[in-house]
Amino acid sequence: MSKITLQVNGRSYDVDAAPETPLLWVLRDQLDLLGTKFGCGIGQCGACIVHVNGAPARACLTTVSEAVSAKITTIEGLSRDGSHPLQKAWCELDVAQCGYCQTGQIMSAAALLASNPHPSDSDIDDAMAGNICRCATYYRIRAAIHRAAEIAAGARGAGA
Amino acid sequence: MSEAAQLHMDRRSFLRLAAMAGGGLVLGHYARAADGAQIASAGVERVDGVFIPNAFIRIAPDGSVTVFSARPEVGQGIKTSLPMVVAEELGADWHSVTVVSAPLDAAFGPQSAGGSTSTPTSYMEMRRMGAAARTMLVEAAAQTWGVPADECIAADGAVRHVTSGRTLKFGDLVARASTLPVPDLHSVKLKDPKDFTLLGSRIGGVDNAKIVTGQPLFGIDQKRPGMAYAVYQKAPVWGSRPLKANLEHIKTLPGVRDAFIIDRTVPEGQLIGLVPGVAIVADSTWAAFSARRELDVQWEEGRFAKSSWDDYARQATEISKAAPGSPKVEETRRDGDVDQAFAGAAHVVEASYSYPFISHANLEPQNCLAHVQGDKVEIWAPTQNPDNARGLAAQVLGTAPENVRVNITRIGGGFGRRLRSDPVGEAVAISQKAGIPIKLTWDRTDDLQHDHFRPGGFHFLKGAVDAKGALSAWRSHHVSFGSNLGADDYPARFVPNYLLLNTRLDNGVPQGPWRAPGSCTYAWMICSFLDELAHAAGRDPVEFNLSVLGDKDLVAGTGKNGRPYNAARMRNVVRQVAEKSGWGKEMARGKGMGLGYYFSHQGYIAEVAEVTVSPKGVLSIDRVVAAVDVGSQIVNLSGAENQVQGSIIDGISAAWRQELDISQGRVVQSNLHEYPLLRIPDAPRAIEIHFLKTDYPPTGLGEPALPPIAPAVCNAVFAATGKRIRQLPMTRTDLSWS
Ligand code: FES
Ligand code: FES
Repeated sequence: MSKITLQVNGRSYDVDAAPETPLLWVLRDQLDLLGTKFGCGIGQCGACIVHVNGAPARACLTTVSEAVSAKITTIEGLSRDGSHPLQKAWCELDVAQCGYCQTGQIMSAAALLASNPHPSDSDIDDAMAGNICRCATYYRIRAAIHRAAEIAAGARGAGA
Repeated sequence: MSEAAQLHMDRRSFLRLAAMAGGGLVLGHYARAADGAQIASAGVERVDGVFIPNAFIRIAPDGSVTVFSARPEVGQGIKTSLPMVVAEELGADWHSVTVVSAPLDAAFGPQSAGGSTSTPTSYMEMRRMGAAARTMLVEAAAQTWGVPADECIAADGAVRHVTSGRTLKFGDLVARASTLPVPDLHSVKLKDPKDFTLLGSRIGGVDNAKIVTGQPLFGIDQKRPGMAYAVYQKAPVWGSRPLKANLEHIKTLPGVRDAFIIDRTVPEGQLIGLVPGVAIVADSTWAAFSARRELDVQWEEGRFAKSSWDDYARQATEISKAAPGSPKVEETRRDGDVDQAFAGAAHVVEASYSYPFISHANLEPQNCLAHVQGDKVEIWAPTQNPDNARGLAAQVLGTAPENVRVNITRIGGGFGRRLRSDPVGEAVAISQKAGIPIKLTWDRTDDLQHDHFRPGGFHFLKGAVDAKGALSAWRSHHVSFGSNLGADDYPARFVPNYLLLNTRLDNGVPQGPWRAPGSCTYAWMICSFLDELAHAAGRDPVEFNLSVLGDKDLVAGTGKNGRPYNAARMRNVVRQVAEKSGWGKEMARGKGMGLGYYFSHQGYIAEVAEVTVSPKGVLSIDRVVAAVDVGSQIVNLSGAENQVQGSIIDGISAAWRQELDISQGRVVQSNLHEYPLLRIPDAPRAIEIHFLKTDYPPTGLGEPALPPIAPAVCNAVFAATGKRIRQLPMTRTDLSWS
């Protein structure tokens, strides 16, 4: 065990964890940030996706020692109040079925929109191929990412 | 406040309302109180000024409405749709409705979620609950104004006196309504469906805002003060037991609190429920997972330790050669004379179809949080079947079911897996030994290898068409691992000469219901083989299948338990899907359309898939059109479409690449890298859904849209390439063409 300081969602946390512990389990078991999900533990499903310095990362394969001094964002920190365009679009189009994969889906999609504000269907397919939805809500995920891009563009337009 | 905490705090008032429901309501399911005792006093009770007309509804003086959702939410949308039914009849403003998951309690009637039965069994009952409350609110308003109740209507959370235009909000009526008698639920006046404003509209899931912000809704997210984390290692060969393990070493590992063998006397070969294994209890999930990697167990392996899929397939082929009446060959149905029909046929087709075992692969791995205290236990579980969970918990603890409290969490995918409660039994046994609350988490390997699998199967088929191109004979031998085709399964009753033989292989594989059990594989085999026969007859598949469906509207079931088949409903959806899909249009080589249709879970559904197969054999599914008849009323259009879209893609996913191999009596695959679920690039670009409104009672949509898609895709592949897929997963067949 060692003392480790993590920067998560703009807050600093001191945790006691072996350096090779996956970030996933520190978030879930120690920090009570339970929106980051466990699906496979081997980087296949994307349920555990968080942002590390703005880039999507699988929390099940990222050790806490790798995460030290990085800026980590989880679904709980994506927006303060569920107002991120993706969160709005997900509600508007009623994407979720069981909902278990959706935080990971949204975190992947957020990274996509940050680098590509108007993705095509095939951009979406490429960026989202690492996220499994067992309930197979893919059809709505595509539509909701397009819708979020529209909402974000509207907000930018209104702000300009 | 979390939903669980809110419920906890409300426990006392909840018990009172449950007791009230026991006395006040006369519907069969709701006639018993929470503690099982019959309560004599009828009528309505007030809890803190809240109007509680029955177990499902509370209306506060500020007009806010709480509706309890009794059925577990697995992603089928029931937590939104049944409360919509209540709110519709109540005349509530949907925006002022809060839906709360009910714990397991007799006051709520049946609480399982399986078999697409929640809608057909609860639709009318939820209407009556809402209507009873509305009747009381209307009466309260009428008394306030001194006008006849039939001059008043309830809508948008208020009662309006139609002639004078006066209105009173629900909140202002709760005090008076609470003093009124509860109307008889059988005779309470229901709304005319043509006046529905909420039902049939698109309503987002009630938990959506919590889901997209990552709130801890699921079983795996639950925590209790002082709890520890556990893993449970079961024998790789099902039904065997641990002899010894390096427990002393495990106990020295970081974060490990305890390690022990659980080996209660279970009947030899028991596969379902609490089975023997090794538990590790630790400070964190990761400590438990890490310690487990060093676990070394010696297992006593049972009589299936040498079994393999290849050997099962060899046995199936062998038994398929046996004549009717041979040992292990059961004759389930015989109509006419198939042999004579084959002899006089214009075309005879023989084929064998097979499919592997697959997993439910719920994205949320199996888990349970249990806290045993003496002879009592409280559990938090993602269970589709809380009553079953309570039963197993009570059995493991050797206590009465009343000593088990079950909190039903949101569920990260069900598909039938969580109708069984093995993780609950394990968590209870571990908590009992550890003496503290325990959260048990399966890893993906546990989940894939200790599923209750969708059974694989083998079908040996011979069919014929006569000189007029009509289907004249069908002989089918189903070799299975568990249940078999039934005497009434399609196309029995639609072919003059029909023979169904069934065999069950001796095996030790745990099996269970997987989304549209039976139908999910039978439809593929049946509609694929019908397509083969259509082509043999030189007839268009839609026209051929319509002729098989005949001209009778309702075909009676066979015998006492036979199921009637509404051929008219099926012909309608087949015609509809053909028309909407543009069936029959010219298509280039490498492109094709295929039809699948099936009756299951009371729904009549036909689907057409449109595919492209590249010369190298790369398949893409371009478009799917579905025609769906689930009766007179779609409850939530958004939820209904989501179920059909999801069922279609799930059905494609299962058929395309999913396969569990069995070797040395165990599953070979260990995680998702070896078990490819469909990903977004392979999801169809377009899915079009057409709901037919018919005069039949509304039925469920969690399952019946799945069975038709696999044959639709495989038949489309044949149309595109001339390649017939007779084995699943589809990747076993080379689809290249030139
Ligand atoms: S849990 Fe990390 S990718 Fe599946
Ligand atoms: S919504 Fe269930 S796994 Fe995606």
